[in-house]
Amino acid sequence: MEMLKIENLHAEIAGKEILKGINLSIEAGTVHAIMGPNGSGKSTLSNVLSGHPAYTVTQGKATFKGKDLLAMPTENRSHEGLFMSFQYPVEIPGVSMTNFMRTALNEKRRYLGLDPMSPTDFLKLMKQKRDLVKLDAKFMNRSVNEGFSGGEKKRNEIFQMAVLEPSLSILDETDSGLDIDALRIVAEGVNSLKTPETSALVITHYQRLLDYIKPDVVHVLYAGRIIRTAGPELALELEERGYDWLIKEFEDSNR
Amino acid sequence: MSQSSYSEIFRENRALIDSGASPVMNALRDRALACFEKYGFPDARCEEYLHTDISQWFAPDWGMNLGRVKLPVNPSEAFRCNVPNLSTQMHFLACDSYMKKDGQPTLVEGVTVGSLLEISRSNPQLVGKYLGSVVEMEKPGISALNTMFMQDGFMVHVPRNVRIDKPVQLVSLMSGAVSMLSCRRILVVLEQGAELRLLLCDHSSAARECLSAMVVECVVGDNARLELYDLEETSQTNSRVCDFFVSQGRDSSVHASVLTLHNGRTRNSFHSVFKGPGASLELDGIAISDGNQHVDNYSFVDHASTDCISSELFKYILDDRSTGSFAGKVLVREGSQRTVSAQTNRNICLTRESRMFTQPQLEIYADDVKCSHGATVGQLDEKALFYMQQRGIPMKEARMLLMLAFAGEVLDRIPLDSLRSRLTGLVELRLRHGQSRCEGCNVCK
Ligand SMILES: Nc1ncnc2c1ncn2[C@@H]1O[C@H](COP(=O)(O)OP(=O)(O)OP(=O)(O)O)[C@@H](O)[C@H]1O
Ligand SMILES: [Mg+2]
Repeated sequence: MEMLKIENLHAEIAGKEILKGINLSIEAGTVHAIMGPNGSGKSTLSNVLSGHPAYTVTQGKATFKGKDLLAMPTENRSHEGLFMSFQYPVEIPGVSMTNFMRTALNEKRRYLGLDPMSPTDFLKLMKQKRDLVKLDAKFMNRSVNEGFSGGEKKRNEIFQMAVLEPSLSILDETDSGLDIDALRIVAEGVNSLKTPETSALVITHYQRLLDYIKPDVVHVLYAGRIIRTAGPELALELEERGYDWLIKEFEDSNR
Repeated sequence: MSQSSYSEIFRENRALIDSGASPVMNALRDRALACFEKYGFPDARCEEYLHTDISQWFAPDWGMNLGRVKLPVNPSEAFRCNVPNLSTQMHFLACDSYMKKDGQPTLVEGVTVGSLLEISRSNPQLVGKYLGSVVEMEKPGISALNTMFMQDGFMVHVPRNVRIDKPVQLVSLMSGAVSMLSCRRILVVLEQGAELRLLLCDHSSAARECLSAMVVECVVGDNARLELYDLEETSQTNSRVCDFFVSQGRDSSVHASVLTLHNGRTRNSFHSVFKGPGASLELDGIAISDGNQHVDNYSFVDHASTDCISSELFKYILDDRSTGSFAGKVLVREGSQRTVSAQTNRNICLTRESRMFTQPQLEIYADDVKCSHGATVGQLDEKALFYMQQRGIPMKEARMLLMLAFAGEVLDRIPLDSLRSRLTGLVELRLRHGQSRCEGCNVCK
């Protein structure tokens, strides 16, 4: 089954075109990695797929599990199973993690026609998912991401992913800021959530993460286009050679 | 009506006013008239009233109930109280008249509580000692007017070292067959070491235009502790000018929360003076407004003694075309060493049309002090909204969570647990349902 299909996607922000015709197709049960130099549009792609209001889609379409993704409001994309782990998770002072997660979870249940979760079931679920990424219970009474270290924020993203059980997870540089142990914990968390029905789109600059989360396909995004798609060996090659040769090949072929 | 018309009405009806009041009240009127004629109503040229021209509010030809006609209100019917968490000793004012209820149990031996009119007749020594003692009439405002026309209101006197745990609640209802101006007066006296929690709930019926010019004076003795909660839940047709005066003795502490949840036009002025060292004041406010509402809070904290602490936190959430104003003056007098003062005013304008004016003002004449102030006007955090939406929280709910979090910082400072949760609930209700009907006392429903 096709999880996500992006066709000729163009998007701009503040009148500046950032995505210039993205084509990408992700099958259920597969892991895709996106690599590419800084500023090439990786986070833009994640944001556009999630429905960030600052971006305007000027052309193209995206189909998520057979539905028109771009027509849905952000929260419905989430309810339908799209999750984005933020490159820069946002602090929300005054909103406790518990309240935040309870609201998110129950909104999803409401969308699916289910009753709100009972308080005991909710607490059980929280504990189970916290254990998965080894997130201390004390974080639950704190405001969302407030005063969390960089690594704790990323761990919190995966915790939220575990709670919401998405079918497609976009992980935008979830590995940045993580120490070696945390990287392993987070990656194991992601892997344990993997099923034949779920997919992941992993954005990263480093092979490190891909050692744990093994991609089926690797893409290189450059200047708003996917300039190369290959198997996992491409990541290793990039680690060794950098992007220049690829960019040169791309520019030569477009001359 | 002009300022001079009010003087005229006063002169013409002096005998009527006096006969419906008490000698203790009447004794203050000549000076009040002199002050009123000298200073009058503040208008927008007056520095303390830059964004609220209350002289306009007094311009219509309001009626006043100087003949003490009994108003057809049955407050116990209007306010059935069944709050699970909040048990209070409740009193009622209809406009400015105290409504007597049978079988009101005495709070604690020695405590005087009830109608200002009755108490000032039956115990003129007690009331005469305090009434008007901390009220400033020598400047533009409504205190002089209130003193000219006051005939009743409410009083609590807590004797030395007596602590009242159960909150005293005063529910005031502006209503009647005609539009009216009412001048109620509230006198709160805490003798040395006394303790009181007082909740003032201000309501109005939406059917009539009403204006209230009220004065709340609080004399807080040495070592005494006052918690004062003022909750305005009136309606769009209501205008309110409320002058608070608080004088604090040595080592006393006061917490005051001024909450404007439903209103029409409101001007609150809070004057506080530290008469002895070691005292502390926590002064907080929340204003939530939409439509064409207007909320103006002014505070003046007078650090007239050493070693006192004042901390102010005011937050506004303005929607639609509503306007808000906050001006906070802190005066640290010469010699008031080791003063600590912090003032914060944070505001959210939800629409382009809403306006907020904020003006901190520090005057410091002592050198060993720690004073800070900060003011911001902003919008809800777009990044946080998107983050929440990505997690499946719809925009409306996400905005709600941010607004509650914003107000929560003030609500969290309310010392009384049961009241904090109750008021938090009311704020949430207000934010969720907008300027929906406020019928009767929400605290009591
Ligand atoms: N608000 C904005 N206005 C104008 N340009 C923007 C705006 N936001 C992002 N951009 C530009 O869009 C381009 C793509 O940014 P994006 O964040 O998608 O890159 P990225 O591939 O995720 O980079 P990195 O690896 O550094 O995270 C950059 O050139 C960036 O400067
Ligand atoms: Mg990025």
